[in-house]
Amino acid sequence: MELFLQQVLNGLTLGGVYSLVALGLTLVYGILHVPNFAHGAFYMAGAYSAFFLINRMGLNYWWGMAGAAVTVALISVLSERLVFHPLRKAPYLHHMIASIGILLFLEAGAQALWGADFHRMDTPYTQIVELGSLTLPAQRLLIIGAAFGLVVLLQLFLKKTVTGATIIAMAQNREGAALVGIDANRVAMLTFAIAGALAGMAAVLYAPINLVYTSMGHLVITKAFVIIVLGGMGSVPGAIVGGLIIGFAEAFGAFYISTDYKDIIAFALLVLILSVRPQGLFARGAH
Amino acid sequence: MKLVNARTGWSLLLLLALAFPFMAGNDYHLTVMSTAYIYAIATVGLNLITGYTGQFNLAHSGFMAVGAYTVGILTVDHGVPFWAAFALSGFVSAFIGFFVGLVSLRLKTHFFSIFTLCVGYIMFLLIEKWESLTHGTVGIVGIPAPESIGPLDFSEPRTQYYMVLFFLVASLWIMHRIVHSLLGRTFVAIRNGDELAQALGIDLMRNKLLAFMLSVFFSGMAGGLYAGYVRFLGPGVAGVEHTFDMTMYMLVGGIGTLSGPLLGAIAVPWLTQYLQFLQEYRFVVFGPVLVLLVIFLPHGIVGTWLNRQRRKAAQSAITPTPAPRLAAVPREKGARHA
Amino acid sequence: MLEIESLSKRFGGLTAVNDVSASFARGTINAIIGPNGAGKTTFFNLVSGTIRPTSGRVLFDGRDVTGLRADQAARLGMARTFQTTALFDTATVLDNLIVGHRLRTRSTLVDVILGTRRLRDEERICREKARAALDFVGLSHLEARVAGDISQEERKRVAFALALSTDPTLLLLDEPAGGVNPEETDGLAQLIRKMAKSGLTVCLIEHKMDMIMNLADRILVLNYGEKIAEGTPAEIRANPAVIEAYLGTEYA
Repeated sequence: MELFLQQVLNGLTLGGVYSLVALGLTLVYGILHVPNFAHGAFYMAGAYSAFFLINRMGLNYWWGMAGAAVTVALISVLSERLVFHPLRKAPYLHHMIASIGILLFLEAGAQALWGADFHRMDTPYTQIVELGSLTLPAQRLLIIGAAFGLVVLLQLFLKKTVTGATIIAMAQNREGAALVGIDANRVAMLTFAIAGALAGMAAVLYAPINLVYTSMGHLVITKAFVIIVLGGMGSVPGAIVGGLIIGFAEAFGAFYISTDYKDIIAFALLVLILSVRPQGLFARGAH
Repeated sequence: MKLVNARTGWSLLLLLALAFPFMAGNDYHLTVMSTAYIYAIATVGLNLITGYTGQFNLAHSGFMAVGAYTVGILTVDHGVPFWAAFALSGFVSAFIGFFVGLVSLRLKTHFFSIFTLCVGYIMFLLIEKWESLTHGTVGIVGIPAPESIGPLDFSEPRTQYYMVLFFLVASLWIMHRIVHSLLGRTFVAIRNGDELAQALGIDLMRNKLLAFMLSVFFSGMAGGLYAGYVRFLGPGVAGVEHTFDMTMYMLVGGIGTLSGPLLGAIAVPWLTQYLQFLQEYRFVVFGPVLVLLVIFLPHGIVGTWLNRQRRKAAQSAITPTPAPRLAAVPREKGARHA
Repeated sequence: MLEIESLSKRFGGLTAVNDVSASFARGTINAIIGPNGAGKTTFFNLVSGTIRPTSGRVLFDGRDVTGLRADQAARLGMARTFQTTALFDTATVLDNLIVGHRLRTRSTLVDVILGTRRLRDEERICREKARAALDFVGLSHLEARVAGDISQEERKRVAFALALSTDPTLLLLDEPAGGVNPEETDGLAQLIRKMAKSGLTVCLIEHKMDMIMNLADRILVLNYGEKIAEGTPAEIRANPAVIEAYLGTEYA
């Protein structure tokens, strides 16, 4: 029983991280209509920024996270202005290639600055909380709490504020939104900034458990893609639910089936589902 | 582009390639060039599905690994002679490609890319974890050199170079045939727009599948050559960064042209050689270069040049507008001259 | 030649086309008109196989072609153009057209690799068909021009030529005169009449009333996905239901 609950905890942890990353990706997809392959690099950049601020500059964990959020938001907005905006009329292939260019640049840049080694990120939350016979590492609880909190904040922002509503409007119908006077450029920049911040924070939450290295974004981003394809591109609830599903599938799969092949689970799920339903699980009408 | 120009251009390249070992300083240069040729074959294959048919396949290096491991596993673990194993490498890739294509080609373009990205990952992970078959992270070592054919000893660098060159030329020749035929035009029509292509009676699934299988055939074959040339393999061969490299080559040279990917596949590795300090960090430069190319020069060097040629040819070939047979209004557009 | 029986299409809760029946005789020019959103392009898509109908039948030359894929329909002789003319802008006009006849060829990959006689013959035929089609639409002089450099009206003609090179018996033209000025519209109308005279059956969707009234043999009027009138231009002009549907638009 305890082992089962332990896996539930692991599932929530993973799910939380994946959801945050997928959320940003799905919001951006709504604007670009193209998957941003650089999102994984944004994730990595968040971890490295925090690593730099915490381990090298001696800031505390939360300042590191804030710094990371701001840095990645900046990188993200720059990408939008310098790369994706000029390409807005180009075919999808070009968007995909350009996002790959950004990805490669950021990863190589991180490697140039900090080397190819794995780094540990310090966190003040190293205690273990004991609840009955369960061992709950504080960092994992933090991840779950923070992820949940951020998601709630995001939902409030999207649903209750005017700016949030404009983002949703643009994510659903770019041309229509422009017709009603929504400034597409501002919304695009804001969305990218939010997406970047989310990815950066997710990385800072997860890095203390997992280590910091230049290719840390690869698996996460590919799984995030699986999530938004399954959950519906542009759908916020889809990203959250999808993230949790994948998180749980991996946690339980790793424990009950095999740790070696756990990474394949997400991809195998995608392959399976798209084989049967080419339009994804939650087919949104004509877009 | 006049046929004479094209023929002389290719002949010149061939002559240069044949003479290269005599101009090269040492064996290391031969290695760089031979490896470039191997990746050129794979890149030319990628160009068929991405450049000509418009589907960006991110699992391409996975298929190259399939071909490479086919050779590696058969020769090292089962004692099959190299040439026999090599003959199979393309077909094994195409076989797997058939099933992957069948499922993935129904998907819209970016779904297709994501799907293939995942397939590529699965391939990489399988190679890494399936130790009983692939030797896992240890990799396959000691792949024998291709058996000699007559006096040709393939353990010698210069002969190896010519062997690789031979297959490059053969690949280019076949690709040239495909691309300039009705089949090639069909692929281009599909890239131009699914809907219009269908309205022209083109069976989308069948043709996309054909393009996909052909493209991974080339990739698998390149992988088989790689195995026989480098003589050891690791899961890294399937890494997606190789697909990114090849994308770079295609873009620099010119997506959707024949010589473009070839040019890119040769020029870029050599450039990296000269910028030796960049080797580890080559993407700090190449990343932004990729972005700039895609924004400002999306047709690559060869592509932009070809477009310019075509425009010039069109200008000089303008025949005077006949009196319009139908409409009664003379149009000033028809009177435009170079 | 083309019989439509009770064709309907529902997208979830929305009925785009509702129980439309019509009959198109060989060699005639038929126009489909109606206010925006009336379901005209959806109707075309149903006939040409781009989307599958929810119910109803399409009979082409007596043969049930309901639900066939668009490429299968094309092979049977149904050609169509689209509202937005997508051409391969960096290739020449002639290059754009050569693939049009591909569907009538039988060369396979083996032919391609071996460079067989059959391939060479078929490529020659495709090129000839392309030239003939280009000549038919009066644009032979643009053969070597880059497709991205021609005018909108010329693009429309090239789109016609592309459809013609498939050797069709039925042509579905979706807004063939879109974005074209009145004199050019006349030219296109004459071209369409020339196509019908050469034995083709033509169906077109258009908004330009003066063009339709002078060109069409029969007119089908759709509104909210339903057929509200059918007949000769004179009949349609006098039909109260049609006038009411169009009330408020700028077309006389």
